[in-house]
Amino acid sequence: MLYHDVLGDGRSRIAVRYAAPMRDAVRFVRRGQVVSLDGFAPTETLLDYLRLRERSTGTKEGCAEGDCGACTVAVGRLRDERIVYEPANSCIQLLGSLDGAEVVAVEDLAPSPDDLHPVQQALVDCHGSQCGFCTPGFVMTLFALYHANESPDRAAVNDWLAGNLCRCTGYRPIADAALASCGGAPRDDFARNAARSAALLETLDDGEDLFTGGDEAFFAAPASEDGLAELCARHPDAVIVAGATDVGLWITKELRDLSKIIHTGRVPSLRTVREQDDHVELGAAATYAEAEAALGGIDPDVAEVLRRFGSKQVRAVGTVGGNIANGSPIGDMPPVLIALGASIELRLGARRRTLPLEEFFIDYGVQDRTPGELLTRIRIPRLGRDERFRSYKISKRYDQDISSVLGAFRFALAGGRIVSATMAWGGMAATPKRSPRTEQAVTGLDLKTDAIRRVAEQSVRKALAQDLSPIDDHRASAHYRLRVAGALVLKALDEIAGRASGETRVRGHRDAAA
Amino acid sequence: MKSVGQALPHDSATRHVRGAANYVDDLPEPPGTVHVAPGAANAGRGLIRSLDLSAVRSFPGVLAVLEAADVPGRNDCSPAAGDDPILAEDEIRFPGDVVFAVVAETRDIARRAARLARIDIESCSPRVSVDDALAVGSDLLPSYGFERGDAAAAVAAAPHRLEGRLRIGGQDHFYLEGQAALAVPGEDDEIRVLSSTQHPTEVQGLVAAMLDIPDAAVVCECRRMGGAFGGKESQAAQWACLAALAARAVGRPAKVRLDRDDDMAMTGKRHDFRADYRCGLDASGILTGVEIDLAARVGCSADLSMGVCDRALFHADNAYHYPAATIRSRRLRTDTVSNTAFRGFGGPQGMIVAERMMDEAAIRLGLDPLAVRKRNLYGPGRDTTHYGQTIEEHVLADIVGALEESSGYASRREEAARFNARGGPLRKGIALTPVKFGIAYTLLPLNQAGALVHVFLDGSVQVNHGGTEMGQGLYVKVAQVVAEELGVDTDRVRVTATRTDKVPNTPATAASSGSDLNGMAARRAARKIRRRLAEVAGRRFGVQPERIRFENGEVGPASGEARHGETMPFAQAASVAFTERVSLSATGFFRTPKIGWNRDERSGRPFLYFACGAACSEVTVDTDTGEIRLDRVDILHDAGRSLNPAIDMGQIEGGFIQGLGWLTSEELVFDEAGRVLTHAPSTYKIPTCSDVPADFQVEFYQPGRNLERTIHRSKAVGEPPLMLALSVFSAITHAVASLAPGRVPPLDAPATPEAILRAADAIRRRSPAPACAVEAAAAG
Repeated sequence: MLYHDVLGDGRSRIAVRYAAPMRDAVRFVRRGQVVSLDGFAPTETLLDYLRLRERSTGTKEGCAEGDCGACTVAVGRLRDERIVYEPANSCIQLLGSLDGAEVVAVEDLAPSPDDLHPVQQALVDCHGSQCGFCTPGFVMTLFALYHANESPDRAAVNDWLAGNLCRCTGYRPIADAALASCGGAPRDDFARNAARSAALLETLDDGEDLFTGGDEAFFAAPASEDGLAELCARHPDAVIVAGATDVGLWITKELRDLSKIIHTGRVPSLRTVREQDDHVELGAAATYAEAEAALGGIDPDVAEVLRRFGSKQVRAVGTVGGNIANGSPIGDMPPVLIALGASIELRLGARRRTLPLEEFFIDYGVQDRTPGELLTRIRIPRLGRDERFRSYKISKRYDQDISSVLGAFRFALAGGRIVSATMAWGGMAATPKRSPRTEQAVTGLDLKTDAIRRVAEQSVRKALAQDLSPIDDHRASAHYRLRVAGALVLKALDEIAGRASGETRVRGHRDAAA
Repeated sequence: MKSVGQALPHDSATRHVRGAANYVDDLPEPPGTVHVAPGAANAGRGLIRSLDLSAVRSFPGVLAVLEAADVPGRNDCSPAAGDDPILAEDEIRFPGDVVFAVVAETRDIARRAARLARIDIESCSPRVSVDDALAVGSDLLPSYGFERGDAAAAVAAAPHRLEGRLRIGGQDHFYLEGQAALAVPGEDDEIRVLSSTQHPTEVQGLVAAMLDIPDAAVVCECRRMGGAFGGKESQAAQWACLAALAARAVGRPAKVRLDRDDDMAMTGKRHDFRADYRCGLDASGILTGVEIDLAARVGCSADLSMGVCDRALFHADNAYHYPAATIRSRRLRTDTVSNTAFRGFGGPQGMIVAERMMDEAAIRLGLDPLAVRKRNLYGPGRDTTHYGQTIEEHVLADIVGALEESSGYASRREEAARFNARGGPLRKGIALTPVKFGIAYTLLPLNQAGALVHVFLDGSVQVNHGGTEMGQGLYVKVAQVVAEELGVDTDRVRVTATRTDKVPNTPATAASSGSDLNGMAARRAARKIRRRLAEVAGRRFGVQPERIRFENGEVGPASGEARHGETMPFAQAASVAFTERVSLSATGFFRTPKIGWNRDERSGRPFLYFACGAACSEVTVDTDTGEIRLDRVDILHDAGRSLNPAIDMGQIEGGFIQGLGWLTSEELVFDEAGRVLTHAPSTYKIPTCSDVPADFQVEFYQPGRNLERTIHRSKAVGEPPLMLALSVFSAITHAVASLAPGRVPPLDAPATPEAILRAADAIRRRSPAPACAVEAAAAG
């Protein structure tokens, strides 16, 4: 089917130009069988599919916003011809976005009615369930960990489980179950059938555009960048969705009628992660999971922000591009990337432009993006030899929480002095924001001066108060935000002057002063 | 084979991990099931000027829209006071008050339609906080309190006096399974209600009164809850009532399952308190007199607040002897969601005040806080509580001493002091705090339970009791008790869903009493059957019935009898009994002995015994940002002779972590209209896996044994461990206090980063030298 078959006339001419082979049903694998669906609502979630259509009620809804993990399923996708399972929050996972994937839910794990999967058995043995409602979600996250071929220590288990809330056990027995069952090569039925599953997924990887629905309501997932850009330009009113970790809530919480949804996840050229000598380039649809090694390689503090960003489930589907394009004032990545001097590429139809990321954010909910325009690439310069980077994320809870303040700083040094500074903030304004007066205030500071904190304290606090006027909300008061922002700048100065992070931070320690 | 005392897994563990344990929303829906969504005005308290539901009614797929006028009987879902309308009548009391309910073909349709209502509210200026309510003197329930001696005079005469104010935050239950109910109409007026409730009997009664039918026409059933923690004691009723009302209205099965945000906006939470205290001390830190005023945010209705606030009063001593005490409580009406039961039931809010006084005494007098605590503990000769009950069992000195030793408290405290002396933004604190928690409902009639045991001809056993399973492992514990009694393997005993037509007229499963009460009732039922089987077997083996033993699934003469060694399988004994026309079914009933509290006269014995424990926690605080790291926790807890150590360990660890959340990251924020702004896990932060200390040592107190004749001498363990987390709050206090020795950080709960920084800044500001100079000097 071609675009002009389904779209009204007047537009068909453009459509024909990029017409590619097209499919009108989403296809994914369940229990070894290909499921082919059309005519579903563009906003249908995977959780509703499982619970309401299949009546597979083992997967639970705890919050319907991707924060509790009770609905976790494992999504298997081909990576380098191997099948990789990642945990995902089915409550905000759009059904259409599963095209080409295998979906594994809690009922699918036990090899027989009398046997349990190793992670299930470990949870029973360690007394890892009490009320049991969160348990299926934990089982599925552990299933993904079991297949990750890691030998996790407790810290790694904490990271894997950060997206699963349990209110009963206090987690210790669940962490024990993870340590007992996960490590080394997987030996379950899924591992034994991996080749067959991979072959099945390969048959689904047809490179065809997916378009299901009609002109007024559709779910589309083009397979090429040109096709995607074209479709976005033709439907400027469509919602462009990557991981849906925010858009999912528009559906489940705001009950918005999103009739046109364009999914970016099937475009290979937008999922690339290129590590160059002097910069990292991300396709806008690269997930956090795909990008985190490259981004984290820029600086350990970037890696720490990424580690605490959302959860495994969120990072498996959420994208850096989405975090930017969405324009949310609470996104953690934009301030980090602005401090690093990132730039972005946008594309409207065939027209491309680039701009510094910082200039993209205009006001609350307003970005420099015209309707139909698509964020395509993000370019992040690496740190120069004389540059130092620090970022700090402050939140009520350490893991999987939205920042009340995120401060990200890049300092250029020469002769033991700060010759320039770039500071970007999250949670301090309606958009990610720089603090030019404060940057000025620290420029010229001699790092060899004793007690640099004391020297800088007054000028930094004064400048910050002029640069930033945060607000009170349920996360923190304006007073606290400003107070902490000052403390973070001073902490960064302390650290780049040589103080070990073990003396300045309770967690997220850096290996060595750099 | 012993069943009791075995570390058996939860009865549903295998089903949990398979996703095969069904909660209300998972059960196959009966054909024709309709779905109900509540509608609220989301405005501050006020009169309903107009209610336009036309767009709701005309939304495709909507079958009915229910309002207060549609309630055929009594429009109330309160536990006692009659002040909680199921559907609001003329006014809304708080932003989440339910004004109408949509009945529709799907849940999605019902939710969408519910948003189309136009409700015009004439809002007054709502009273939201404790301070708002105190300012206008708005009390919902009469004040109450205890007085012992002349506390004011004792404080005035003391060589040292402390005075302070502590704000104690509330807490959302955040059970993972939100509120849910399914009502299935039966023949004539009969109705069956499947509810995620801790209190099936109450749901039964409220549904019956609402529909104006007899209790006997209603069956309420609960197989399990996906967590409750007190949040489904009274709070489950409204949704069960709405499901039943909808089922009656459209003549089809009807289901309610709240969205998380609705759940958090519409259901009650732990009470937040303001505590004002004064106390007198001698030079060694021993209290001479205590005056405490507790002001609680009750919310818009009475709910269970009388009991909650009373328990706060009972526990305002925690584990310490108050020679003279005046402890008063005010129960304040606010235009916010009605606060309710939550694990500890007011106890934690009372106990934290006692612990604050201990910390403050130590800081002000320059003493080791543990030394102050030990000096103030109850002990022989100082064993009468401020409400007159005598403490008979003094295990705490032993527990605290053992934990002090095993945790290495003394050397770690010195180490923390050395660390802090280096200066710098990071500070360490360590604290060891006790817990003493009174076991029994202070309302006497609630201390009863019933059970029903059936033995079948194949020797398998069913037990049913009035307790509900919310994850705490009650079902497996009761199964162990019954298995023990009948000498069979626990696998042979099945606990079936709690149902009001099997065991009627039961109290809520609450107050840590589940296994104390239901274990005892089930044992009595099983014992009746065992006696009957012993007579049958006695005849068969030619011995007296009391000389028959039930062991390892076999029945036979005891050792010493001539035919000792001959046995028959338990199943055979059952079938012989059947052929001899002996009943294999029995009920058991239990009421707690010894207790009886006369509230009006403030006399009697409210508690059967006390559950005790202690915890030692060490934290590192970033005094630049207020962030904390919990470095290590050691716990020693007395579960008596544990019925199931694996289950009890889970209660201890889980309770501690839940208490940790209450005291650190879980912050409820309300706006000026009384809306809960933190109504989802994105904004309301319960602990995650990484908040659990990597070094977390939990031990049972040996030799735990209840002095009272409880079920197998075990001790209640549901609520008490939550208060072990007070050690974390104290540790944070001491870490911050190191910034300005001798000054007491005015730290409020929860100790969020912001609250910690505020407390740190407050004592820093009063320092003679700026703290940054101290740090800077250390850095240089």
